[in-house]
Amino acid sequence: MIEPLTGTMTEFMTTYGWPFFWIALHSIALMVGLLLIIAYILYADRKIWAAVQLRKGPNVVGAFGLLQSFADMLKFVLKEPVIPSKSDKFVFLLAPIVTTILALAAWAVIPLDEGWVIADINVGILYILAMSSLGVYGIIMGGWASNSKYPFLGALRSAAQMVSYEVSIGFVIVTVLLVVGSLNLTDIVNAQKGDYGLLNWHWLPLFPMFIVFFISALAETNRPPFDLPEAESELVAGFMVEYSSTPYMLFMLGEYVSITMMCALTTILFLGGWLPPVDIAPFNWVPGIFWFIIKTLGVFFMFAMVKAMVPRYRYDQLMRLGWKVFLPLSLFMVVVVSSVLHFTKLGGA
Amino acid sequence: MLTALFFYLFAGLAVISAIMVIGAKNPVHAVLFLILAFFNVAGLFLLLGAEFLALVLLIVYVGAVAVLFLFVVMMLDVDFAELKSGFLSYLPVGLIVGGILLAEIIMAAGAWVLNPALSKLEKNTAINANITNTEAFGRVLYTDHLYYFEAAGLLLLVAMIGAIILTLRSREGVKRQDIAKQVGRRPADSIEVVKVETGQGI
Repeated sequence: MIEPLTGTMTEFMTTYGWPFFWIALHSIALMVGLLLIIAYILYADRKIWAAVQLRKGPNVVGAFGLLQSFADMLKFVLKEPVIPSKSDKFVFLLAPIVTTILALAAWAVIPLDEGWVIADINVGILYILAMSSLGVYGIIMGGWASNSKYPFLGALRSAAQMVSYEVSIGFVIVTVLLVVGSLNLTDIVNAQKGDYGLLNWHWLPLFPMFIVFFISALAETNRPPFDLPEAESELVAGFMVEYSSTPYMLFMLGEYVSITMMCALTTILFLGGWLPPVDIAPFNWVPGIFWFIIKTLGVFFMFAMVKAMVPRYRYDQLMRLGWKVFLPLSLFMVVVVSSVLHFTKLGGA
Repeated sequence: MLTALFFYLFAGLAVISAIMVIGAKNPVHAVLFLILAFFNVAGLFLLLGAEFLALVLLIVYVGAVAVLFLFVVMMLDVDFAELKSGFLSYLPVGLIVGGILLAEIIMAAGAWVLNPALSKLEKNTAINANITNTEAFGRVLYTDHLYYFEAAGLLLLVAMIGAIILTLRSREGVKRQDIAKQVGRRPADSIEVVKVETGQGI
Protein backbone atom coordinates (compact mmCIF):
# COMPACT_ATOMS: atom_id res chain seq x y z
CA MET A 1 0.00 0.00 0.00
CA ILE A 2 2.80 2.37 0.86
CA GLU A 3 4.83 1.74 -2.30
CA PRO A 4 2.48 3.33 -4.88
CA LEU A 5 1.72 6.22 -2.54
CA THR A 6 5.39 7.18 -2.21
CA GLY A 7 5.70 6.60 -5.95
CA THR A 8 3.04 9.18 -6.73
CA MET A 9 4.50 11.46 -4.08
CA THR A 10 7.94 11.40 -5.73
CA GLU A 11 6.28 11.88 -9.08
CA PHE A 12 4.30 14.80 -7.73
CA MET A 13 7.47 16.33 -6.29
CA THR A 14 9.43 15.98 -9.53
CA THR A 15 6.58 17.27 -11.72
CA TYR A 16 5.30 20.09 -9.56
CA GLY A 17 7.17 20.28 -6.25
CA TRP A 18 10.75 20.98 -7.31
CA PRO A 19 9.90 23.30 -10.21
CA PHE A 20 7.64 25.25 -7.87
CA PHE A 21 10.40 25.38 -5.27
CA TRP A 22 12.94 26.61 -7.82
CA ILE A 23 10.60 29.24 -9.22
CA ALA A 24 9.84 30.46 -5.70
CA LEU A 25 13.56 30.57 -4.84
CA HIS A 26 14.40 32.48 -8.04
CA SER A 27 11.55 34.91 -7.49
CA ILE A 28 12.65 35.62 -3.93
CA ALA A 29 16.27 36.11 -5.02
CA LEU A 30 15.16 38.48 -7.79
CA MET A 31 12.87 40.41 -5.43
CA VAL A 32 15.52 40.83 -2.74
CA GLY A 33 18.05 42.02 -5.32
CA LEU A 34 15.50 44.32 -6.91
CA LEU A 35 14.43 45.88 -3.61
CA LEU A 36 18.05 46.46 -2.59
CA ILE A 37 18.75 48.14 -5.94
CA ILE A 38 15.60 50.21 -5.55
CA ALA A 39 16.66 51.38 -2.08
CA TYR A 40 19.84 52.77 -3.65
CA ILE A 41 18.08 54.01 -6.77
CA LEU A 42 15.84 56.13 -4.55
CA TYR A 43 18.95 57.44 -2.80
CA ALA A 44 20.71 58.07 -6.13
CA ASP A 45 17.64 59.87 -7.45
CA ARG A 46 17.72 62.30 -4.53
CA LYS A 47 21.50 62.71 -4.63
CA ILE A 48 21.57 63.45 -8.37
CA TRP A 49 18.69 65.86 -8.02
CA ALA A 50 20.51 67.58 -5.16
CA ALA A 51 23.83 67.72 -7.04
CA VAL A 52 22.21 69.41 -10.03
CA GLN A 53 20.72 72.05 -7.72
CA LEU A 54 24.03 72.45 -5.80
CA ARG A 55 22.54 70.96 -2.64
CA LYS A 56 23.92 68.11 -0.54
CA GLY A 57 20.93 65.76 -0.55
CA PRO A 58 20.46 63.06 2.11
CA ASN A 59 23.69 62.88 4.11
CA VAL A 60 22.73 62.17 7.72
CA VAL A 61 21.73 58.50 8.03
CA GLY A 62 24.83 56.33 7.61
CA ALA A 63 28.00 57.36 5.78
CA PHE A 64 27.04 59.89 3.03
CA GLY A 65 23.40 59.11 3.88
CA LEU A 66 23.70 55.63 2.38
CA LEU A 67 21.12 54.18 4.79
CA GLN A 68 18.54 56.92 4.14
CA SER A 69 16.15 54.65 2.19
CA PHE A 70 16.15 52.06 4.98
CA ALA A 71 15.45 54.73 7.59
CA ASP A 72 12.58 55.99 5.43
CA MET A 73 11.19 52.48 5.10
CA LEU A 74 11.31 51.94 8.85
CA LYS A 75 9.55 55.25 9.39
CA PHE A 76 6.78 54.40 6.91
CA VAL A 77 6.18 51.00 8.46
CA LEU A 78 6.11 52.22 12.06
CA LYS A 79 3.76 55.15 11.47
CA GLU A 80 0.02 54.87 11.93
CA PRO A 81 -1.94 54.32 8.71
CA VAL A 82 -4.74 56.86 8.48
CA ILE A 83 -7.78 55.70 6.52
CA PRO A 84 -10.32 58.44 5.75
CA SER A 85 -13.68 57.62 7.34
CA LYS A 86 -15.67 58.39 4.18
CA SER A 87 -13.41 56.26 2.00
CA ASP A 88 -14.19 52.90 0.45
CA LYS A 89 -11.86 51.04 2.81
CA PHE A 90 -11.43 47.80 0.89
CA VAL A 91 -10.63 49.46 -2.44
CA PHE A 92 -8.54 52.09 -0.62
CA LEU A 93 -6.21 49.40 0.75
CA LEU A 94 -6.41 47.25 -2.38
CA ALA A 95 -5.05 50.02 -4.63
CA PRO A 96 -1.44 50.21 -3.32
CA ILE A 97 -1.23 46.41 -3.13
CA VAL A 98 -2.36 46.10 -6.76
CA THR A 99 0.18 48.73 -7.85
CA THR A 100 3.10 46.98 -6.13
CA ILE A 101 2.18 43.43 -7.12
CA LEU A 102 1.65 44.32 -10.79
CA ALA A 103 4.94 46.22 -10.89
CA LEU A 104 6.81 43.29 -9.36
CA ALA A 105 4.99 40.73 -11.55
CA ALA A 106 6.31 42.35 -14.72
CA TRP A 107 9.87 41.47 -13.66
CA ALA A 108 9.13 37.75 -14.06
CA VAL A 109 9.92 37.83 -17.79
CA ILE A 110 12.93 40.18 -17.76
CA PRO A 111 16.08 38.26 -18.78
CA LEU A 112 19.06 39.46 -16.71
CA ASP A 113 21.52 37.32 -18.66
CA GLU A 114 21.37 34.52 -21.21
CA GLY A 115 18.91 32.10 -19.56
CA TRP A 116 18.64 34.13 -16.32
CA VAL A 117 14.90 34.59 -16.45
CA ILE A 118 12.13 33.23 -14.26
CA ALA A 119 9.55 32.77 -17.02
CA ASP A 120 10.97 32.55 -20.54
CA ILE A 121 7.58 32.85 -22.26
CA ASN A 122 7.28 33.43 -25.98
CA VAL A 123 4.99 36.46 -25.61
CA GLY A 124 7.16 38.15 -22.96
CA ILE A 125 6.87 41.64 -24.37
CA LEU A 126 3.06 41.42 -24.49
CA TYR A 127 3.09 40.27 -20.87
CA ILE A 128 5.08 43.35 -19.86
CA LEU A 129 2.74 45.58 -21.87
CA ALA A 130 -0.26 43.94 -20.14
CA MET A 131 1.20 44.38 -16.66
CA SER A 132 2.14 48.00 -17.24
CA SER A 133 -1.28 48.79 -18.70
CA LEU A 134 -2.92 47.23 -15.63
CA GLY A 135 -0.82 49.49 -13.40
CA VAL A 136 -3.26 52.31 -14.06
CA TYR A 137 -5.90 50.52 -11.95
CA GLY A 138 -3.93 51.01 -8.75
CA ILE A 139 -3.97 54.74 -9.38
CA ILE A 140 -7.62 55.00 -10.42
CA MET A 141 -8.77 52.85 -7.50
CA GLY A 142 -6.67 54.83 -5.04
CA GLY A 143 -7.97 58.12 -6.37
CA TRP A 144 -11.58 57.08 -6.37
CA ALA A 145 -11.60 55.24 -3.03
CA SER A 146 -10.08 58.24 -1.21
CA ASN A 147 -13.39 60.06 -1.76
CA SER A 148 -11.70 63.41 -2.00
CA LYS A 149 -11.21 66.06 -4.71
CA TYR A 150 -7.47 66.14 -5.35
CA PRO A 151 -6.91 62.38 -5.43
CA PHE A 152 -9.80 62.02 -7.85
CA LEU A 153 -8.47 64.70 -10.20
CA GLY A 154 -5.01 63.16 -9.99
CA ALA A 155 -6.37 59.72 -10.78
CA LEU A 156 -8.32 60.98 -13.81
CA ARG A 157 -5.26 62.76 -15.18
CA SER A 158 -3.11 59.74 -14.61
CA ALA A 159 -5.52 57.34 -16.32
CA ALA A 160 -5.76 59.55 -19.41
CA GLN A 161 -1.99 60.00 -19.49
CA MET A 162 -1.09 56.34 -19.14
CA VAL A 163 -3.64 55.20 -21.73
CA SER A 164 -2.36 57.83 -24.19
CA TYR A 165 1.31 56.96 -23.91
CA GLU A 166 0.71 53.22 -23.99
CA VAL A 167 -0.34 53.62 -27.63
CA SER A 168 2.99 55.09 -28.73
CA ILE A 169 4.95 52.64 -26.54
CA GLY A 170 3.04 49.84 -28.26
CA PHE A 171 3.97 51.09 -31.74
CA VAL A 172 7.63 51.58 -30.76
CA ILE A 173 7.70 47.99 -29.53
CA VAL A 174 6.09 46.89 -32.81
CA THR A 175 9.01 48.39 -34.77
CA VAL A 176 11.48 46.46 -32.59
CA LEU A 177 9.46 43.26 -32.98
CA LEU A 178 9.38 43.68 -36.77
CA VAL A 179 13.17 43.82 -36.83
CA VAL A 180 13.57 40.88 -34.45
CA GLY A 181 10.70 38.65 -35.60
CA SER A 182 9.95 37.32 -32.11
CA LEU A 183 8.08 38.42 -28.99
CA ASN A 184 10.50 36.68 -26.65
CA LEU A 185 12.76 39.07 -24.72
CA THR A 186 15.79 36.75 -24.88
CA ASP A 187 15.40 36.58 -28.67
CA ILE A 188 15.18 40.37 -28.82
CA VAL A 189 18.53 40.71 -27.02
CA ASN A 190 20.19 37.96 -29.07
CA ALA A 191 19.03 39.63 -32.29
CA GLN A 192 21.22 42.61 -31.37
CA LYS A 193 24.38 40.49 -31.23
CA GLY A 194 26.76 41.28 -34.06
CA ASP A 195 30.27 42.15 -35.20
CA TYR A 196 29.97 45.86 -34.50
CA GLY A 197 29.22 45.63 -30.75
CA LEU A 198 27.25 48.59 -29.53
CA LEU A 199 26.66 49.88 -33.07
CA ASN A 200 24.62 46.74 -33.67
CA TRP A 201 22.14 47.47 -30.91
CA HIS A 202 18.72 48.72 -31.89
CA TRP A 203 19.24 52.29 -30.65
CA LEU A 204 21.15 53.18 -33.82
CA PRO A 205 19.04 51.60 -36.60
CA LEU A 206 15.82 52.59 -34.82
CA PHE A 207 17.15 55.89 -33.49
CA PRO A 208 14.05 58.12 -33.43
CA MET A 209 12.10 55.28 -31.81
CA PHE A 210 14.66 55.05 -29.01
CA ILE A 211 14.00 58.68 -28.09
CA VAL A 212 10.22 58.26 -28.44
CA PHE A 213 10.37 55.20 -26.21
CA PHE A 214 12.45 56.97 -23.58
CA ILE A 215 10.08 59.95 -23.40
CA SER A 216 7.00 57.70 -23.41
CA ALA A 217 8.54 55.65 -20.61
CA LEU A 218 8.89 58.84 -18.58
CA ALA A 219 5.23 59.62 -19.18
CA GLU A 220 4.10 56.04 -18.55
CA THR A 221 5.80 55.91 -15.14
CA ASN A 222 4.58 59.40 -14.16
CA ARG A 223 8.12 60.71 -13.87
CA PRO A 224 8.91 64.41 -14.20
CA PRO A 225 8.42 66.29 -16.51
CA PHE A 226 5.18 64.30 -16.90
CA ASP A 227 4.35 63.89 -13.19
CA LEU A 228 0.98 65.61 -13.59
CA PRO A 229 -0.95 63.02 -11.55
CA GLU A 230 0.97 64.21 -8.51
CA ALA A 231 1.74 67.77 -9.49
CA GLU A 232 2.48 69.33 -6.09
CA SER A 233 1.81 72.89 -7.16
CA GLU A 234 -1.76 72.19 -8.27
CA LEU A 235 -2.93 68.86 -6.86
CA VAL A 236 -0.92 68.60 -3.58
CA ALA A 237 0.17 64.95 -4.11
CA GLY A 238 -2.44 63.75 -6.60
CA PHE A 239 -3.89 60.33 -5.98
CA MET A 240 -1.64 59.78 -2.95
CA VAL A 241 -2.97 62.69 -0.86
CA GLU A 242 -4.97 60.55 1.54
CA TYR A 243 -2.38 57.79 1.87
CA SER A 244 -0.01 57.44 4.78
CA SER A 245 2.43 54.96 6.28
CA THR A 246 2.68 51.49 4.68
CA PRO A 247 0.05 51.96 1.93
CA TYR A 248 1.89 55.11 0.84
CA MET A 249 5.18 53.22 0.89
CA LEU A 250 3.65 50.52 -1.31
CA PHE A 251 2.63 53.18 -3.86
CA MET A 252 6.15 54.63 -3.85
CA LEU A 253 7.66 51.17 -4.11
CA GLY A 254 5.38 50.19 -7.00
CA GLU A 255 6.27 53.41 -8.80
CA TYR A 256 10.01 52.84 -8.44
CA VAL A 257 9.74 49.15 -9.36
CA SER A 258 7.99 50.12 -12.60
CA ILE A 259 10.57 52.84 -13.23
CA THR A 260 13.40 50.29 -12.97
CA MET A 261 11.31 47.93 -15.11
CA MET A 262 11.05 50.59 -17.83
CA CYS A 263 14.83 51.19 -17.59
CA ALA A 264 15.42 47.43 -17.94
CA LEU A 265 13.01 47.28 -20.87
CA THR A 266 14.82 50.16 -22.62
CA THR A 267 18.05 48.23 -22.06
CA ILE A 268 16.59 45.06 -23.55
CA LEU A 269 14.85 46.65 -26.53
CA PHE A 270 17.47 49.20 -27.57
CA LEU A 271 20.72 48.81 -25.65
CA GLY A 272 21.50 45.14 -26.19
CA GLY A 273 20.54 43.72 -22.76
CA TRP A 274 23.43 41.74 -21.31
CA LEU A 275 25.66 42.03 -24.40
CA PRO A 276 29.07 43.71 -23.91
CA PRO A 277 29.54 46.99 -25.83
CA VAL A 278 32.60 45.62 -27.65
CA ASP A 279 32.91 41.88 -28.12
CA ILE A 280 36.67 41.64 -27.42
CA ALA A 281 38.74 40.15 -24.60
CA PRO A 282 38.44 42.30 -21.46
CA PHE A 283 34.80 43.19 -22.11
CA ASN A 284 33.32 39.77 -22.81
CA TRP A 285 34.96 38.31 -19.67
CA VAL A 286 32.58 40.39 -17.57
CA PRO A 287 29.41 38.39 -16.76
CA GLY A 288 26.38 39.58 -18.73
CA ILE A 289 24.39 40.55 -15.66
CA PHE A 290 26.90 43.33 -14.86
CA TRP A 291 26.43 44.85 -18.29
CA PHE A 292 22.68 44.56 -17.85
CA ILE A 293 22.74 46.31 -14.47
CA ILE A 294 25.17 48.98 -15.65
CA LYS A 295 23.01 49.78 -18.68
CA THR A 296 19.81 49.82 -16.61
CA LEU A 297 21.41 52.19 -14.10
CA GLY A 298 22.66 54.33 -16.98
CA VAL A 299 19.12 54.70 -18.28
CA PHE A 300 17.97 55.50 -14.76
CA PHE A 301 20.64 58.21 -14.55
CA MET A 302 19.03 59.77 -17.62
CA PHE A 303 15.63 59.55 -15.89
CA ALA A 304 17.07 61.31 -12.83
CA MET A 305 18.77 64.03 -14.90
CA VAL A 306 15.54 64.71 -16.79
CA LYS A 307 13.78 65.09 -13.44
CA ALA A 308 16.40 67.55 -12.26
CA MET A 309 16.56 69.67 -15.39
CA VAL A 310 13.21 69.83 -17.16
CA PRO A 311 10.20 71.87 -15.97
CA ARG A 312 6.82 70.15 -15.73
CA TYR A 313 4.64 69.96 -18.83
CA ARG A 314 1.22 71.54 -18.98
CA TYR A 315 -1.59 69.00 -19.32
CA ASP A 316 -2.71 69.99 -22.83
CA GLN A 317 0.92 69.97 -23.99
CA LEU A 318 1.28 66.45 -22.63
CA MET A 319 -1.77 65.23 -24.53
CA ARG A 320 -0.65 67.04 -27.68
CA LEU A 321 2.78 65.39 -27.49
CA GLY A 322 1.26 61.94 -27.03
CA TRP A 323 -1.47 62.01 -29.64
CA LYS A 324 -0.34 64.55 -32.22
CA VAL A 325 3.43 64.01 -32.25
CA PHE A 326 4.37 60.54 -31.00
CA LEU A 327 1.42 58.59 -32.38
CA PRO A 328 1.81 59.75 -36.02
CA LEU A 329 5.60 59.51 -35.79
CA SER A 330 5.59 55.97 -34.41
CA LEU A 331 2.90 54.85 -36.89
CA PHE A 332 4.97 56.30 -39.73
CA MET A 333 8.05 54.49 -38.43
CA VAL A 334 6.14 51.19 -38.32
CA VAL A 335 5.37 51.66 -42.02
CA VAL A 336 8.97 52.68 -42.82
CA VAL A 337 10.54 49.81 -40.88
CA SER A 338 8.22 47.18 -42.32
CA SER A 339 8.73 48.54 -45.87
CA VAL A 340 12.50 48.48 -45.46
CA LEU A 341 12.37 44.94 -44.10
CA HIS A 342 10.03 43.84 -46.87
CA PHE A 343 12.01 45.26 -49.78
CA THR A 344 15.55 44.63 -48.56
CA LYS A 345 14.96 41.26 -46.86
CA LEU A 346 17.12 42.51 -43.96
CA GLY A 347 15.23 41.07 -40.99
CA GLY A 348 14.74 37.40 -40.26
CA ALA A 349 11.29 37.12 -41.80
CA MET B 1 -4.23 17.55 -12.37
CA LEU B 2 -2.83 21.03 -11.84
CA THR B 3 -4.48 22.19 -15.07
CA ALA B 4 -7.86 20.98 -13.84
CA LEU B 5 -7.30 22.70 -10.50
CA PHE B 6 -6.48 26.00 -12.19
CA PHE B 7 -9.39 25.58 -14.59
CA TYR B 8 -11.85 25.31 -11.71
CA LEU B 9 -10.15 28.20 -9.92
CA PHE B 10 -10.34 30.53 -12.93
CA ALA B 11 -13.78 29.35 -14.07
CA GLY B 12 -15.24 29.59 -10.55
CA LEU B 13 -13.81 33.05 -9.96
CA ALA B 14 -14.99 34.19 -13.41
CA VAL B 15 -18.55 33.03 -12.71
CA ILE B 16 -18.62 34.52 -9.21
CA SER B 17 -17.25 37.86 -10.37
CA ALA B 18 -19.69 37.88 -13.32
CA ILE B 19 -22.55 37.43 -10.86
CA MET B 20 -21.12 40.17 -8.68
CA VAL B 21 -21.02 42.52 -11.68
CA ILE B 22 -24.80 42.60 -11.69
CA GLY B 23 -25.12 42.05 -7.94
CA ALA B 24 -22.78 44.76 -6.64
CA LYS B 25 -24.53 47.75 -5.07
CA ASN B 26 -21.88 50.24 -6.12
CA PRO B 27 -21.37 50.69 -9.89
CA VAL B 28 -17.61 51.19 -9.47
CA HIS B 29 -17.41 47.86 -7.63
CA ALA B 30 -19.37 46.32 -10.49
CA VAL B 31 -16.75 47.52 -13.01
CA LEU B 32 -13.95 46.24 -10.76
CA PHE B 33 -15.64 42.82 -10.67
CA LEU B 34 -15.96 42.98 -14.46
CA ILE B 35 -12.19 43.48 -14.61
CA LEU B 36 -11.69 40.48 -12.32
CA ALA B 37 -13.91 38.43 -14.64
CA PHE B 38 -11.81 39.51 -17.67
CA PHE B 39 -8.70 38.55 -15.76
CA ASN B 40 -9.97 35.05 -15.03
CA VAL B 41 -11.10 34.54 -18.60
CA ALA B 42 -7.56 35.47 -19.67
CA GLY B 43 -6.38 32.76 -17.29
CA LEU B 44 -8.70 30.27 -19.02
CA PHE B 45 -7.23 31.26 -22.40
CA LEU B 46 -3.76 30.61 -20.99
CA LEU B 47 -4.82 27.12 -19.92
CA LEU B 48 -6.03 26.48 -23.49
CA GLY B 49 -2.57 27.41 -24.76
CA ALA B 50 -3.81 30.63 -26.36
CA GLU B 51 -1.29 32.92 -24.67
CA PHE B 52 -1.46 35.59 -27.36
CA LEU B 53 -5.23 35.88 -27.05
CA ALA B 54 -5.00 35.95 -23.24
CA LEU B 55 -2.53 38.82 -23.19
CA VAL B 56 -4.30 40.77 -25.92
CA LEU B 57 -7.50 40.42 -23.88
CA LEU B 58 -5.65 41.89 -20.90
CA ILE B 59 -4.06 44.72 -22.89
CA VAL B 60 -7.09 45.74 -24.93
CA TYR B 61 -10.06 45.02 -22.68
CA VAL B 62 -8.61 45.38 -19.21
CA GLY B 63 -5.92 47.92 -20.03
CA ALA B 64 -7.95 50.25 -22.24
CA VAL B 65 -11.68 49.51 -22.59
CA ALA B 66 -12.35 48.83 -18.91
CA VAL B 67 -10.39 51.96 -17.96
CA LEU B 68 -12.84 53.99 -20.05
CA PHE B 69 -15.76 52.12 -18.42
CA LEU B 70 -14.40 52.96 -15.00
CA PHE B 71 -13.87 56.57 -16.10
CA VAL B 72 -17.48 56.98 -17.17
CA VAL B 73 -18.91 55.21 -14.12
CA MET B 74 -16.80 57.28 -11.75
CA MET B 75 -17.71 60.55 -13.45
CA LEU B 76 -21.45 59.88 -13.53
CA ASP B 77 -23.09 60.49 -10.19
CA VAL B 78 -25.23 57.36 -10.24
CA ASP B 79 -28.03 57.13 -7.71
CA PHE B 80 -27.77 53.57 -6.42
CA ALA B 81 -31.28 53.40 -4.93
CA GLU B 82 -32.91 54.64 -8.12
CA LEU B 83 -30.86 52.23 -10.17
CA LYS B 84 -32.01 49.30 -8.06
CA SER B 85 -35.70 50.30 -8.03
CA GLY B 86 -36.30 49.22 -11.63
CA PHE B 87 -34.71 45.83 -11.06
CA LEU B 88 -37.92 43.79 -10.83
CA SER B 89 -39.53 45.38 -13.88
CA TYR B 90 -36.46 44.67 -16.01
CA LEU B 91 -36.08 41.14 -14.66
CA PRO B 92 -38.41 39.39 -17.19
CA VAL B 93 -36.68 41.05 -20.18
CA GLY B 94 -33.28 40.15 -18.76
CA LEU B 95 -34.33 36.57 -18.16
CA ILE B 96 -35.67 36.22 -21.72
CA VAL B 97 -32.45 37.60 -23.27
CA GLY B 98 -30.28 35.45 -20.99
CA GLY B 99 -32.40 32.36 -21.69
CA ILE B 100 -32.17 32.82 -25.45
CA LEU B 101 -28.40 33.26 -25.27
CA LEU B 102 -28.05 30.14 -23.09
CA ALA B 103 -30.25 28.12 -25.49
CA GLU B 104 -28.17 29.26 -28.46
CA ILE B 105 -24.92 28.26 -26.76
CA ILE B 106 -26.35 24.85 -25.86
CA MET B 107 -27.59 24.40 -29.44
CA ALA B 108 -24.24 25.36 -30.94
CA ALA B 109 -22.24 23.16 -28.58
CA GLY B 110 -24.75 20.32 -28.69
CA ALA B 111 -24.86 20.24 -32.48
CA TRP B 112 -21.26 19.09 -32.59
CA VAL B 113 -22.02 16.23 -30.25
CA LEU B 114 -25.22 15.17 -32.04
CA ASN B 115 -23.92 15.59 -35.58
CA PRO B 116 -20.15 14.98 -35.78
CA ALA B 117 -20.14 16.00 -39.44
CA LEU B 118 -20.54 19.61 -38.33
CA SER B 119 -17.26 19.52 -36.47
CA LYS B 120 -15.47 19.26 -39.82
CA LEU B 121 -15.97 22.99 -40.03
CA GLU B 122 -13.70 23.21 -37.04
CA LYS B 123 -11.04 20.97 -38.56
CA ASN B 124 -10.76 23.08 -41.71
CA THR B 125 -9.38 25.96 -39.72
CA ALA B 126 -7.08 23.86 -37.52
CA ILE B 127 -3.70 25.50 -37.11
CA ASN B 128 -0.24 24.03 -37.41
CA ALA B 129 0.95 22.95 -33.97
CA ASN B 130 4.60 23.72 -34.79
CA ILE B 131 4.23 27.48 -35.16
CA THR B 132 3.69 29.87 -32.27
CA ASN B 133 0.37 31.29 -31.33
CA THR B 134 1.23 34.75 -32.57
CA GLU B 135 2.36 33.49 -35.95
CA ALA B 136 -0.77 31.36 -36.33
CA PHE B 137 -2.92 34.42 -35.66
CA GLY B 138 -0.93 36.46 -38.12
CA ARG B 139 -1.36 33.83 -40.84
CA VAL B 140 -5.10 33.60 -40.31
CA LEU B 141 -5.64 37.36 -40.17
CA TYR B 142 -3.15 38.67 -42.70
CA THR B 143 -2.82 35.80 -45.17
CA ASP B 144 -5.98 33.67 -45.20
CA HIS B 145 -8.58 36.32 -44.47
CA LEU B 146 -6.80 39.53 -45.44
CA TYR B 147 -9.75 41.16 -47.21
CA TYR B 148 -12.18 40.54 -44.34
CA PHE B 149 -9.61 41.92 -41.94
CA GLU B 150 -9.10 45.03 -44.05
CA ALA B 151 -12.88 45.47 -44.37
CA ALA B 152 -13.21 45.30 -40.59
CA GLY B 153 -10.41 47.86 -40.27
CA LEU B 154 -12.18 50.19 -42.71
CA LEU B 155 -15.41 49.82 -40.74
CA LEU B 156 -13.61 50.77 -37.52
CA LEU B 157 -11.98 53.74 -39.26
CA VAL B 158 -15.37 55.01 -40.41
CA ALA B 159 -16.74 54.56 -36.88
CA MET B 160 -13.77 56.44 -35.46
CA ILE B 161 -14.14 59.35 -37.86
CA GLY B 162 -17.86 59.41 -37.14
CA ALA B 163 -17.23 59.60 -33.40
CA ILE B 164 -14.72 62.41 -33.87
CA ILE B 165 -17.09 64.40 -36.08
CA LEU B 166 -19.96 63.94 -33.61
CA THR B 167 -17.93 65.23 -30.67
CA LEU B 168 -15.77 67.83 -32.39
CA ARG B 169 -17.10 71.34 -31.89
CA SER B 170 -15.20 74.56 -31.79
CA ARG B 171 -16.26 76.57 -28.79
CA GLU B 172 -16.22 80.34 -28.82
CA GLY B 173 -14.08 82.28 -26.41
CA VAL B 174 -11.52 79.57 -25.69
CA LYS B 175 -7.93 80.78 -25.67
CA ARG B 176 -5.73 78.29 -27.43
CA GLN B 177 -1.98 78.26 -27.58
CA ASP B 178 -0.63 78.81 -31.08
CA ILE B 179 3.06 78.06 -30.82
CA ALA B 180 3.91 79.32 -34.32
CA LYS B 181 2.20 82.62 -33.50
CA GLN B 182 4.10 82.90 -30.22
CA VAL B 183 7.43 82.19 -31.82
CA GLY B 184 6.69 84.48 -34.75
CA ARG B 185 6.10 87.53 -32.56
CA ARG B 186 8.65 90.31 -32.89
CA PRO B 187 9.29 93.15 -30.40
CA ALA B 188 8.05 95.67 -32.95
CA ASP B 189 4.62 93.97 -33.09
CA SER B 190 3.90 94.08 -29.40
CA ILE B 191 6.06 96.71 -27.71
CA GLU B 192 5.54 100.42 -28.14
CA VAL B 193 7.99 102.86 -26.62
CA VAL B 194 6.35 106.08 -25.54
CA LYS B 195 7.67 109.14 -23.82
CA VAL B 196 5.68 109.76 -20.67
CA GLU B 197 5.31 113.36 -19.55
CA THR B 198 5.51 113.93 -15.80
CA GLY B 199 2.09 114.17 -14.18
CA GLN B 200 0.21 113.39 -17.40
CA GLY B 201 0.43 109.67 -18.06
CA ILE B 202 -0.40 108.22 -21.42
